[in-house]
Amino acid sequence: MELTGAEIVVRCLQEEGVEYVFGYPGGAVLYLYDELFKQDKVKHILVRHEQAAVHAADGYARAQDRKPGVALVTSGPGVTNAVTGIATAHMDSIPLVIITGQVPTPAIGQDAFQECDTVGITRPCVKHNFLVKDVKDLAVTIKKAFYIASTGRPGPVVVDVPKDVSIAKTEFHYPETVSMRSYNPVTKGHAGQIKKAAQLILEAKRPMIYTGGGVILSNASALLTELVRMLGFPCTNTLMGLGAYPATDPLFLGMLGMHGTYEANMAMQHCDVLLAVGARFDDRVIGNPKHFYNEERKIIHIDIDPSSISKRVKVDVPIVGNVPDVLEELLKLLKASKEKPDQQALKTWWTQIELWRSRDCLKYDRAAAVIKPQYVLEKMYEITKGDAFVTSDVGQHQMWAAQFYKFDKPRRWINSGGLGTMGFGLPAAMGARLANPKATVACVTGEASIQMCIQELSTCKQYHLPIKIVNLNNRYLGMVRQWQEFFHGNRYAESYMDALPDFVKLAESYGHVGMRIEKPADVEGALKEAFALKDRLVFMDFITDQTENVFPMIPGGKGLSEMILV
Amino acid sequence: MRHIISLLLENEAGALSRVSGLFSARGYNIESLSVAPTEDATLSRMTVVTTGSDDVIEQITKQLNKLIDVVKVVDLNEGEHIERELMLVKVRASGKDREEMKRMADIFRGRIIDVTDKTYTIELTGTGEKLDAFLQGLERSSILETVRTGASGIGRGERILRV
Ligand SMILES: Cc1cc2nc3c(=O)[nH]c(=O)nc-3n(C[C@H](O)[C@H](O)[C@H](O)COP(=O)(O)OP(=O)(O)OC[C@H]3O[C@@H](n4cnc5c(N)ncnc54)[C@H](O)[C@@H]3O)c2cc1C
Ligand SMILES: Cc1ncc(C[n+]2csc(CCOP(=O)(O)OP(=O)(O)O)c2C)c(N)n1
Ligand SMILES: [Mg+2]
Repeated sequence: MELTGAEIVVRCLQEEGVEYVFGYPGGAVLYLYDELFKQDKVKHILVRHEQAAVHAADGYARAQDRKPGVALVTSGPGVTNAVTGIATAHMDSIPLVIITGQVPTPAIGQDAFQECDTVGITRPCVKHNFLVKDVKDLAVTIKKAFYIASTGRPGPVVVDVPKDVSIAKTEFHYPETVSMRSYNPVTKGHAGQIKKAAQLILEAKRPMIYTGGGVILSNASALLTELVRMLGFPCTNTLMGLGAYPATDPLFLGMLGMHGTYEANMAMQHCDVLLAVGARFDDRVIGNPKHFYNEERKIIHIDIDPSSISKRVKVDVPIVGNVPDVLEELLKLLKASKEKPDQQALKTWWTQIELWRSRDCLKYDRAAAVIKPQYVLEKMYEITKGDAFVTSDVGQHQMWAAQFYKFDKPRRWINSGGLGTMGFGLPAAMGARLANPKATVACVTGEASIQMCIQELSTCKQYHLPIKIVNLNNRYLGMVRQWQEFFHGNRYAESYMDALPDFVKLAESYGHVGMRIEKPADVEGALKEAFALKDRLVFMDFITDQTENVFPMIPGGKGLSEMILV
Repeated sequence: MRHIISLLLENEAGALSRVSGLFSARGYNIESLSVAPTEDATLSRMTVVTTGSDDVIEQITKQLNKLIDVVKVVDLNEGEHIERELMLVKVRASGKDREEMKRMADIFRGRIIDVTDKTYTIELTGTGEKLDAFLQGLERSSILETVRTGASGIGRGERILRV
């Protein structure tokens, strides 16, 4: 039987087992929406802005390990609104399939109503994109999109479907598999290289294990944890890697990087063998590479993307491969080896690390009369028993959440690291909650960031998404203010948030519960009350210290051991 | 250093812009770029001439390999290779210049492929350097128009780039 393009799209989504499509309708996708309407396998979540559709699909993808996220938007402004979301997912390597409507093929290039060059606009911020000009190519293209998005180094894939293609008919056949001669992601690492890595690990006197988003993306936390514990080596995670190794474990040194802990950054700088796993030596992680080279160390780097290796930092033992495959091999070799790392040296190294740790770099004033943001997060950690899915926006609150909420499990910490997109937190929380329908989901945000996708409070109402919004309201673009304080002579150019809405009333007007908390003594009670309201969205507006800064901090252009400490 | 990078890519709409977009987005140089379908109509062969340090060239080849439409990438500088470029030059060829132009074309093994009373159009192939040398050998004012294809490269001997 012949199906229309629109029917085919929906059938493909069903075949892929897609639970949710996050989207927003418009002229170019009317036929697609008509088909969605006629079935109930694939549920549609109507967001209030296309940026949020993509962030929500992204949050959904990050919060579970089974499927990519899916978004659907119309042509022209639907697409341009979605671009921020797509770029956000691209920078953090999140598997998404974004279906975009396009004007009918004969109208392409005619400056047609709501036409934009979707493939051109999104090209630099997708893993791949397709324009489907013939309905016969539609099913196989969607298959390829899911395949490309979720294999290798994951990423967003856009499929642009012109309106006439959604009407045209063809025989439907969904391929079980696809193979592409130009795309064959590696899995196994090179055996010789893994052997070299094992040798280096066994010879290490001051070892360090540094892991990133790649461990989360490839679901390799258990293997990583086994490796770290077996070796007794110190471990640090990037902002994207938090939760890959249990944060409450003594071998964990906390996050590293610009706002990483003193002990993690010092150990990173002074180790003699560094094992980097699924992490990309970002500029916010190692700071100035020249300074990093001041100390000598051997570096082993496991990454599925060859272009992540030796990009910013030259490495000694590159291993191109899938984290779990490589770690399994590495574990096998280490277990079989008669040699063991030098325990005496390791003990000396740990003594040094504990000394760094005793610097207590995350301390803050606990006796303050105003609410300290760190305190809110510590309490939130206690009250949620460390078991919530926590999304965040971008700014100081994001860094404090990363520092103070101890993630023991992967995929619990969901934030925009690479692009640093304000507005990410709330829609991402919607996706995370839909992926985990019973879980506690909190969105840690700031009064500026939350306003970038505030309209999604309406979506949360419609779909009963009882997210707990923890607004650390410092009446400042806090992260901007901090840089202005440190590096621009306290000139707070445009970083004050004036004319803020009454967030309590705002939440209430959307049909949610609002709370304002102004005193440190009320923090704990408010959090308890809010998190106990299992089926309501609660917007907690914490009026926090306006002048608090995030420490430690490595200023731009400085190296790992050149932190500003509190 | 100057490198010649050869690619095989899917002969798909937009594949070229993925490559050129990569170069501009990441700030890599393109000295020249030439592309055409191969004997297998589903594939295009592209030659990109670029310059950069070893680290940059390494990133360029890795990033090119990452593009989904790119099937194979070879840095021809990794071995012996041959490079050729085609140039068409329209020159003033009247009066005493006419003989001189013919002589120049012969010296450089060029061919005159179009003739009018006042002009010759000369076809010349060779390395970029040879083409430069030819142009430098001419009086500047006698050059009316030039068009060059950019280099095409191929490995020497048994080295073969195919799927
Ligand atoms: C305000 C702000 C402050 C920040 N401060 C910090 C900071 O202090 N510390 C910090 O760490 N970050 C910080 N960041 C985040 C930073 O910008 C980067 O996003 C982050 O450091 C990158 O993390 P990553 O190296 O783990 O790489 P990711 O972006 O998570 O990339 C994952 C890597 O793993 C690889 N990979 C993917 N899948 C696999 C697989 N299956 N097998 C093998 N490899 C795979 C990929 O190829 C890639 O190289 C900050 C961001 C913001 C917005
Ligand atoms: C879309 C976007 N615009 C601008 C920025 C730059 N920026 C980074 S943090 C920040 C301030 C965020 O303020 P707020 O949400 O109140 O968080 P705080 O730092 O105060 O905790 C800004 C403007 C950004 N990251 N994203
Ligand atoms: Mg703020």
